[in-house]
Amino acid sequence: MSDVTVDIAAEAQQGWQQPADAAALGGRGSVDDYWALMKPRVMSLVIFTAGVGLMVAPGSIHPVLGVVAILCIAVGAGAAGALNMWYDADIDAVMQRTAKRPIPRGNITRGEALGFGATLAFGSVIVMGLGVGWVAAALLAGSIGFYLFIYTMWLKRSTPQNIVIGGAAGAFPPMIGWVAVTGSFDLASVSLFAIIFMWTPPHFWALALYKVGDYERVNVPMLPVVAGADETRRQIWLYSLALIPVTLLPWMLGAAGTTYAASAAVLGALFLLGAWRVYTLREGAPADRAARKLFSFSIWYLFLLFAVLLLEQGIWPLVSRGLGL
Amino acid sequence: MNDEDSARRRKRSIAIALVLGALVVLFYVITIVHMGPGVINRPL
Repeated sequence: MSDVTVDIAAEAQQGWQQPADAAALGGRGSVDDYWALMKPRVMSLVIFTAGVGLMVAPGSIHPVLGVVAILCIAVGAGAAGALNMWYDADIDAVMQRTAKRPIPRGNITRGEALGFGATLAFGSVIVMGLGVGWVAAALLAGSIGFYLFIYTMWLKRSTPQNIVIGGAAGAFPPMIGWVAVTGSFDLASVSLFAIIFMWTPPHFWALALYKVGDYERVNVPMLPVVAGADETRRQIWLYSLALIPVTLLPWMLGAAGTTYAASAAVLGALFLLGAWRVYTLREGAPADRAARKLFSFSIWYLFLLFAVLLLEQGIWPLVSRGLGL
Repeated sequence: MNDEDSARRRKRSIAIALVLGALVVLFYVITIVHMGPGVINRPL
């Protein structure tokens, strides 16, 4: 790290120190700070994909237990977010994108974040186990542990493949939702996992392309930092090509119908178009715009893909039964 | 402790109370769901 980086980090670290009486008060963090610690925007996509997994799984679950399962997955994701911010507080303080998080701002101490995250993690797994089932609980514990120990602590700062392997953590929720209903794994649930797993690298590398300076400053070996922007564009294109057939797996395995398959094909074509623009536009503002557009679109892409699956396999069967069709 | 710290502590306390209350309700409802209709079919 450069001296400048160290200085900034040292200053930020001083900002985490709270007055002695703050501890006696139970800290200075507001409810909003603790909410921010749970990464609510990430949590919303987790809730949605977990809900889709739960709704499209074969079999049924009592609605109350379904809500409990989703709640546990959401709280587990929030716990993982808080634990990530606890561990990454040093680099969060230096990166422009994360400098306003509660720990770098000095509103919450690292210890408070650790305690908060650990409590939520433990609580979400226990409630999932007691209320819904221990297979789903084990999977939830595994996903939190994977995000914290494998991605945050190990891979993120050591390899440009961090997001490829670490992406598995974000791919667990629909599988956990599915397992909450069935109590066991099957290929169709793994196909939902595979979709998010393959989607994560192009999604995250698009962001890393225009935030490369942030990652450089903190020595996180994201692909654009280590291999350069052109290689990252090539990898985005290759992973996008690989993603499209993976999104058709639920249809091939009989877990989705033709509406889903057609939608996945159309959305896939749009995703490829965005990835191609990132691959071909390499200089100046147009290159930056292409990366930003792909990042934004990738979020909508995943949302729409799962929304169609939900409508076709989760909601339409209920409606058609209700209408006597 | 200034007014802002005090207000934050009060809001944190309310949030913790609400979460604990919600957990009590949640465990009660989960228990009832797990026991099913049999909960009222027992010797008195």
